Amino acid sequence: MKLTLKVWRQNGANEPGRFETHQVEADEHMSFLEMMDVLNEGLLAEKKTPIAFEHDCREGICGSCNMVINGRPHGPNSGTTTCQLHMRYFKDGETITIEPWRAKSFPIIKDLVVDRTSFDRIIQAGGYISVNTGQAQDGNSIAIEKDLAGQAFDAATCIGCGACVAACPNGSAMLFTAAKIAHLGLLPQGEVEHKTRVQSMVNQMDEEGFGACSNTAACEADCPKEISITNIAMMNRAYMGSVLGSQK
Amino acid sequence: MALNANEPKGNLDEKWTKYRSTMNLVAPNNKRRIEVIVVGTGLAGAAAAATLAELGYKVKCFTFHDSPRRAHSIAAQGGINAAKNYQNDGDSVYRLFYDTIKGGDYRSRESNVHRLAEVSRNIIDQAVAQGVPFAREYGGLLANRSFGGVQVSRTFYARGQTGQQLLLGAYQSLSRQISLGNVEMFNRHEMLDLVKIDGKARGIIARNLLTGKLERFGAHSVVLASGGYGNVFYLSTNAMGSNVTAAWRAVKRGAYMANPCYTQIHPTCIPVSGEYQSKLTLMSESLRNDGRVWVPKMKEDVMAIREGKKTGNDIPEGDRDYYLERRYPAFGNLVPRDVASRAAKIACDEGHGVNKTGLAVFLDFSSAIIRYGTSAAHSQNIHNPSAAKIKELGTEVIAAKYGNLFEMYEKITGENPYILPMKIYPAVHYTMGGLWVDYNLETNVPGLFAAGEANFSDHGANRLGASALMQGLADGYFVLPYTIGQFLSNEIRTPKISTDAPEFAEAEKNTKDKLEKILSIKGNHTVESFHRRLGKIMWEYCGMSRNAEGLKKARQMVRDLRAEFWSDVFVPGTAEEFNPELEKAGRVADFLEMGETMILDALDRNESCGGHFREEYKSPEGEAKRNDEDYAYVSAWEWDDTEPILHKEELKFENVELKTRSYK
Amino acid sequence: MSWFLKFLTSSIGQKLIMSLTGLFLITFLVVHLAGNLQLLANDQGESFNTYAYFMTNNPFIKTTSYGLYFFILLHTIQGIALAIKNRGAKGSKYAVSSNAKTSSSGTKMALLGTLILAFLCIHMGDFWFKMKFTDTLAMVSYDGVDMQVKDLYSRVSLAFSNPILVVVYVIGQIVLAMHLWHGFQSAFQTLGLNHRKYTPAIHFLGKAYAILIPLGFVIIPLAHFFSK
Repeated sequence: MKLTLKVWRQNGANEPGRFETHQVEADEHMSFLEMMDVLNEGLLAEKKTPIAFEHDCREGICGSCNMVINGRPHGPNSGTTTCQLHMRYFKDGETITIEPWRAKSFPIIKDLVVDRTSFDRIIQAGGYISVNTGQAQDGNSIAIEKDLAGQAFDAATCIGCGACVAACPNGSAMLFTAAKIAHLGLLPQGEVEHKTRVQSMVNQMDEEGFGACSNTAACEADCPKEISITNIAMMNRAYMGSVLGSQK
Repeated sequence: MALNANEPKGNLDEKWTKYRSTMNLVAPNNKRRIEVIVVGTGLAGAAAAATLAELGYKVKCFTFHDSPRRAHSIAAQGGINAAKNYQNDGDSVYRLFYDTIKGGDYRSRESNVHRLAEVSRNIIDQAVAQGVPFAREYGGLLANRSFGGVQVSRTFYARGQTGQQLLLGAYQSLSRQISLGNVEMFNRHEMLDLVKIDGKARGIIARNLLTGKLERFGAHSVVLASGGYGNVFYLSTNAMGSNVTAAWRAVKRGAYMANPCYTQIHPTCIPVSGEYQSKLTLMSESLRNDGRVWVPKMKEDVMAIREGKKTGNDIPEGDRDYYLERRYPAFGNLVPRDVASRAAKIACDEGHGVNKTGLAVFLDFSSAIIRYGTSAAHSQNIHNPSAAKIKELGTEVIAAKYGNLFEMYEKITGENPYILPMKIYPAVHYTMGGLWVDYNLETNVPGLFAAGEANFSDHGANRLGASALMQGLADGYFVLPYTIGQFLSNEIRTPKISTDAPEFAEAEKNTKDKLEKILSIKGNHTVESFHRRLGKIMWEYCGMSRNAEGLKKARQMVRDLRAEFWSDVFVPGTAEEFNPELEKAGRVADFLEMGETMILDALDRNESCGGHFREEYKSPEGEAKRNDEDYAYVSAWEWDDTEPILHKEELKFENVELKTRSYK
Repeated sequence: MSWFLKFLTSSIGQKLIMSLTGLFLITFLVVHLAGNLQLLANDQGESFNTYAYFMTNNPFIKTTSYGLYFFILLHTIQGIALAIKNRGAKGSKYAVSSNAKTSSSGTKMALLGTLILAFLCIHMGDFWFKMKFTDTLAMVSYDGVDMQVKDLYSRVSLAFSNPILVVVYVIGQIVLAMHLWHGFQSAFQTLGLNHRKYTPAIHFLGKAYAILIPLGFVIIPLAHFFSK
């Protein structure tokens, strides 16, 4: 299949960016990133600089890959990362526009590569349970309701790719932050620090310059792990309760 | 040089507890001054960095990724073993120890493996305390499942994403230490050289991947937790960025690479669909519980399938060769990974492969669907159910068990595995070999430690399922943070390591020259093309089965390829910028040398064991034939450009009896 | 007090202000519609005009109405502030706009809100301003009532004989409907009230509300226009 790609090229956060148009011959069995590999091999053959894009595990779990394909983070299929998207979902002769994640808190490093360290700092602000190695009691000493463990897992499945921020018209990181708050807050082990965790993580999120949620649910629609915005409601509730109801 | 494993004396089951209680300690006031570098943030690296920081050491932690959370431990699916005996099925530390030694085909160190089995229990407790959402029973207690090669149910899991959840637990612990200021985290930094001062590991040279700047980092000790070398094969289930560079640069500074020929080939991966393919995707081992593996008996059928004129469903029962059931009637489709993989290769080598490339076999669920459908009809009181009804009911049962895997398969291949049989083929998955370490996880370079898949450690010649996560976390949380004290307790008088030392300048220059050299070649072939060619050679001659003649030929081919790389590779851009091609070039350069070491090791080991199968050494029925008399040793290779040197560590088995594995 | 200011200016706090003021305005709409439906009574405006008199003179209502003006202003200012902040957080826009399964009104709340504000200016200029601050309205008295009240009814009736104004009102109510379509359930989500069992009911109620209330309002100008 013959495709026309309009790919965003940019040398750094403060450089102007532009679209570059390329033709590529792809196979319908290729993954989207393999199609990009073919394009890059072609560019290298012409001694040109290949398009920089982030990728690693290529099986939908590391959260590295991040392309906005025809206006949608990770492309047209729901519940799918860019690396798991295959070319058979595109038509021969189609023009595909590829852009980086766009959000002020994700500055562009080069082409399609953005800086997502703001996510790390949100986790560092409190996205953990304060337990040192060796302090744990027996794993079976706390019984956890099966459904509750499942609910915590559903939130914990976040891969930190940033598609939620990319999809959000406000560049909000609430789904990411809420998913971690829900994962830890739902479990008895994490409940102890829940109140302080919520405050410090939300504060850090605001400090990083992410936008506010306007409940469009765009994040949920484009999250490759289909994490629900009920987590955001839970975070809102917890944040208000924590600020208004606790001594801290 | 004879290698001393520094194993403590005493009974096997007391060694670790006694040793731990008597080893040298570093006082808290001294810990604050002592710096440790940890390279890698996977299970072993993140766990070690977090725990060392909790103990009070000053830690500098490095990853080439944009975040510590991206390490490839995240992709592990199945689970993590622990000798908890929660299922009351007779599991124990000894049984886990024994299964691991036997599964490793008697090529691992008894004392290390026993320690692994002991601390396995603490790992589960620790992970639960961190908030890892393990699967639970209705009563709220932890659930277990069984896994390949063992008779007890000791695998803990979090759906099909156990690695992800455990890594996030370690990452969160690490994040906590970062926020407390105990760990200084360096994202997008790649270690490119090890700095030794007076023979001890005292720092690293790392390249800031964003700016391209080479930076010097000093510490009292260096821990490498940089993963395995599976990507030597180009196509593997490893991540695209997984590489051997950190470990290999240490080898070039004198560390030994142990057992490099032991690579694990996983039998159930989605086959290669074309030349462009960049990586392979694993389908969980659990599928072999219900799927039957077969190829068509007749070449005409094979050709018709390859041309798309027929599908697997068009081949009548009598014309199918269920080769695993035929060759291994006792275990059938459930033979261990290495055996299943080799059998698939033989079927395809004989021309029975069922896709365009000729490298795929069927994994067929139709009999399981009928079996489950019939029993479901029976339990639902449906008398004389139609064939369609049975199929429908059976499909429901299969979907409940493997739904997400089937979905993933369809996403990638575009074929519906409920209707057409799956196509699978073996792929490189894990490397048992790695840096040689003693009981303290210290390499032969004093002060240089290795943890996780990066060391050769506990799996011998073959790793059992769900044991990689166990070993990575055991090393990181419960072993290395203690044993490193043996070295560091002698370093309390060592002042802060200055990066102005001439050794740092030399290492930096060495690294810089290498980068400049790569950039100056300006040849005609891409890094990727060299990597792909290396992978083909390794897969062909040093893959699932090997022979002396092929290995000798392959060694020359790899050397020629290396020469060609250094004269004809093309890397655009400069070293002073974000340049992913340059990063890749450095890694492929190291793979080219690592590949040769693997071939040499495979050539040296005149026996078949675990993941290493030499065609010359097999039983009349074609099964692996070990040679305990001459090869019960760990081979540790000292790198030399012309002729690497082999060192040996004899393996002593005092607690288990060496037996031949049989699955007939 | 600084913790409280910090709370209100946090991203969640700002959304909370939007949510609470929004819910107040939603409640007001019901009251407003209930009163206005008297415009449809066939009594030469008696019930409406006495109702209007009551609303402008009862001290309790007067106090409440100051609250209402304040909340309208707060909702507006906070909304604009959030829209500016969010636009800044997004940075640049995508070249291709997505057609994801998100509600289109949800992404256009600021625009819809601005249109409603414009409509509100016209609306209040037409009636509220004229009623309160000018003497342009005729005075009428009704049987059994011994005082004169302003004839707002005639003013309304006159205004709605102008087809342009009727069109403006119809458009205004469509915009309001779209704003409510997202705003109603959004207010609950912001408050953290999201529950697997009850949220579908909130969504249904919100959509019904977003259709019925503007529909009720829009009947009034149409009825007056076509009854002429």
